[in-house]
Amino acid sequence: MANLTTNFIGIKSPNPYWLASAPPTDKEYNVVRAFKAGWGGVVWKTLGSEGPPIVNVNGPRYGAIWGADRRLLGLNNIELITDRPLEVNLREIKQVKRDWPDRAMVVSLMVPCDEESWKAILKHVEDTEADGVELNFGCPHGMSERGMGAAVGQVPEYIEMVTRWVKQHSRMPCIVKLTPNIADIRKPAEAAKRGGADAVSLINTINSITSVNLDTFSPEPMIDGKGAHGGYCGPAVKPIALNMVSEIARSPETADLPISGIGGVTTWRDAAEFLTLGAGNVQVCTAAMTYGFGIIKELTAGLSQYMDEKGFTSVDQLVGRAVPNVTDWQYLNLNYVTKARINQDLCISCGRCFAACEDTSHQAISMSPERVFEVIDAECVACNLCVNVCPVADCITMEEMPKGAVDPRTGDVVSDYANWTTHPNNPMAKAAE
Amino acid sequence: MSNSLTTPGIAPARLNPDVYAEHFDDLYPDYDPHEAMVAADRCYFCHDAPCITACPTEIDIPLFIRQIQAGQPEAAARTIFDQNILGGMCARVCPTETLCEGACVREAAEGKPVEIGRLQRYATETLIAKNSHPYTRQTPTGKRVAVVGAGPAGLACAHRLAMKGHDVTIFDRHEKPGGLNEYGIAAYKAAHGFAQAEVDWLMQIGGITLHQGWSLGTDGTLLELQEQFDAVFLGMGLAGVNALGLEGEGATGTRDAVDFIAELRQTSDLSTLPVGRHVVVIGGGMTAVDAAVQSRLLGAEHVSMVYRRERAAMSASDYELNHAANEGVKIITNAMPVAIHANGAMREVEFAYTRAGVTGVEPTGETFRLKADQVFKAIGQTLVGAPDGVALEGRKIKVDAAGRTSVPGVWAGGDCTGGGEDLTVTAVAQGRDAAESIHASLMNSGA
Repeated sequence: MANLTTNFIGIKSPNPYWLASAPPTDKEYNVVRAFKAGWGGVVWKTLGSEGPPIVNVNGPRYGAIWGADRRLLGLNNIELITDRPLEVNLREIKQVKRDWPDRAMVVSLMVPCDEESWKAILKHVEDTEADGVELNFGCPHGMSERGMGAAVGQVPEYIEMVTRWVKQHSRMPCIVKLTPNIADIRKPAEAAKRGGADAVSLINTINSITSVNLDTFSPEPMIDGKGAHGGYCGPAVKPIALNMVSEIARSPETADLPISGIGGVTTWRDAAEFLTLGAGNVQVCTAAMTYGFGIIKELTAGLSQYMDEKGFTSVDQLVGRAVPNVTDWQYLNLNYVTKARINQDLCISCGRCFAACEDTSHQAISMSPERVFEVIDAECVACNLCVNVCPVADCITMEEMPKGAVDPRTGDVVSDYANWTTHPNNPMAKAAE
Repeated sequence: MSNSLTTPGIAPARLNPDVYAEHFDDLYPDYDPHEAMVAADRCYFCHDAPCITACPTEIDIPLFIRQIQAGQPEAAARTIFDQNILGGMCARVCPTETLCEGACVREAAEGKPVEIGRLQRYATETLIAKNSHPYTRQTPTGKRVAVVGAGPAGLACAHRLAMKGHDVTIFDRHEKPGGLNEYGIAAYKAAHGFAQAEVDWLMQIGGITLHQGWSLGTDGTLLELQEQFDAVFLGMGLAGVNALGLEGEGATGTRDAVDFIAELRQTSDLSTLPVGRHVVVIGGGMTAVDAAVQSRLLGAEHVSMVYRRERAAMSASDYELNHAANEGVKIITNAMPVAIHANGAMREVEFAYTRAGVTGVEPTGETFRLKADQVFKAIGQTLVGAPDGVALEGRKIKVDAAGRTSVPGVWAGGDCTGGGEDLTVTAVAQGRDAAESIHASLMNSGA
């Protein structure tokens, strides 16, 4: 049985699944339920400074998109940081950590961008004996308009400054949570590292409008006829998150910076993918909000089974395993030639591959009057669109042409590895000669 | 309640009065919007989709399903009605397993096709239930067309002609329009007065006059219609029934299944409709199934459906046969009736087992008897009253691809013509196509 315990920047937890800072971690009641269910840790919902608690809207705060059977594919929210008094949260954090010492307890923070505010809140958090803090530089709505959250996260210099204050005024491990609403995710990660962050966590939610009501012409979620952009999360954002995690993991400047992966983790497989791209653990929110805390049993059992099947005995062995295989386009092997192959036994003759190829691609699939679909190798550029639109798994596959074979499309002999940097059509390559 | 399942002979009120409504209600209720969404999501939007080819009216099925998915069942209904103005009834009675759903790639892939029939019903219901008719007439042409028969072929023909601006008069021998939709199918397939609702909705196009209680030959001749109208469409169906050719066929308790089905459809209180304790239905088509199942639903204790050849040769679909079996109908194949044993009233039918011989079905020599208080004959219908001068092909009216008969100015379609499988949907296609041909002819003639 694989060992799922993790040690993320010195914070131990029985499994790599933490609940992300969000509504599920706003109070003791929820967090205790999560721990009873088996979650490895939580990042407590973001605390603000002392004083009157912030307020939330009193109408809908979530919007969503769904599949045909109402499977929730993407969720957005306009909720702000905790709206409960600071002392109540601190008291509960302390109590829960005391009652559940083996679980990770990280506290998310967001206070105004001055040193005194950070110094003050850190003192309070240290008193709770929590395991660490996460700096919320990602929240894209409400707080950002007050100079906090994403407003900080979009300015690398601010990230560095605040992180430095945190490390200066606290002994606690510090995770900087990054916003994806930025052009190059490596810049804020580098800034966090310069400021002394122990880790980054990403992604926070993405600016979004989930839909527009076509009767009232108001965006959803709608508050009294109006809507504001909210933060998008859930299964739909996973590909964006995976890419951003990998960017940080493979960048020489940040390769040694631990990452807590966030963004659409719904099953063990999603978690495993984040781990292979360099995340040391994962944080989950939407899946728990959709299905409840019980999913942790599938998440842990699934990861455990996969690791057993692959012969991994600890989570560390999985972390980063796919990172060396993430590269830039210019280094991809242009002599890797494949052709689509349609398995006629599996084909159900729907013709989607034909429509896709004929209408939108390379006219590389033929259709007979008997609805037999075949690939025309002399036209097939191996784009993979037919594979992706085929409703039958494994019916269409990509077959690699062996070295020495002649690609009927180009007439070229399939040869050894060569990429764009040395390609004759590349002006830069010629300049280098 | 005076009677029960075991009351001997033929008797009404075999069931508790409450259960009739339930027994003869919709076999499947309409989808709710969420069910429709989930069912529609299964459609792959196939290229040059096989389901379209398999539909006699060539409805653009992937398109209408996509319109349901996109939240506009009304637009989906329009797509259906463009091809098949009786798409509502067809959604209920089409043997979809041998047509669109049989051709669905998901049938091949997993034995579970997209439920096209139910989706079509969901879409068409949205418009018909709202009583919203999506078509308007073109400028009146002043041309007049007579349509004989207010069944699926006649109605489809009349609607298309009316849409084109022609004035149509439908002549029909029954009290109500609808033809077999009203008189010839099981009640649970067209519950809640759907057949009349559909005709009423269809008539909203305008320009169509219904003339009920008029029989061709009795109340007027084809020649007279030709004189009064610019064109004539014959869609009178098959009014005759085949006989067994056995002695005693007239015994009390023997009856044509089509009459039983028609009476049942027109009976408002089904507890008043008598049915035998032991019922035998002879035949292997949809009519036989409808008679057999409805006998059970009326409270017949034992119902057998006997067919002279093997099950695969039955024209009733597997779906229909399974439904019959589920309702407790015993299906006996490879047996032909050889004698009726009656004593004034029906007592038993004697059957001979059969096998395939050189010249067709032949008896094996072994026989058996079935107790029968009531026998329904469902061994096919025949054309009666074909007007003189109209050429026949076999026992039906001969038509070309456009529905033209041998007589200039006279078209025909539906069950009274050859070629089709006597399906509602085929009749609709033939009526529609004949209308297009009539229209082309009327507009080109310049007369």
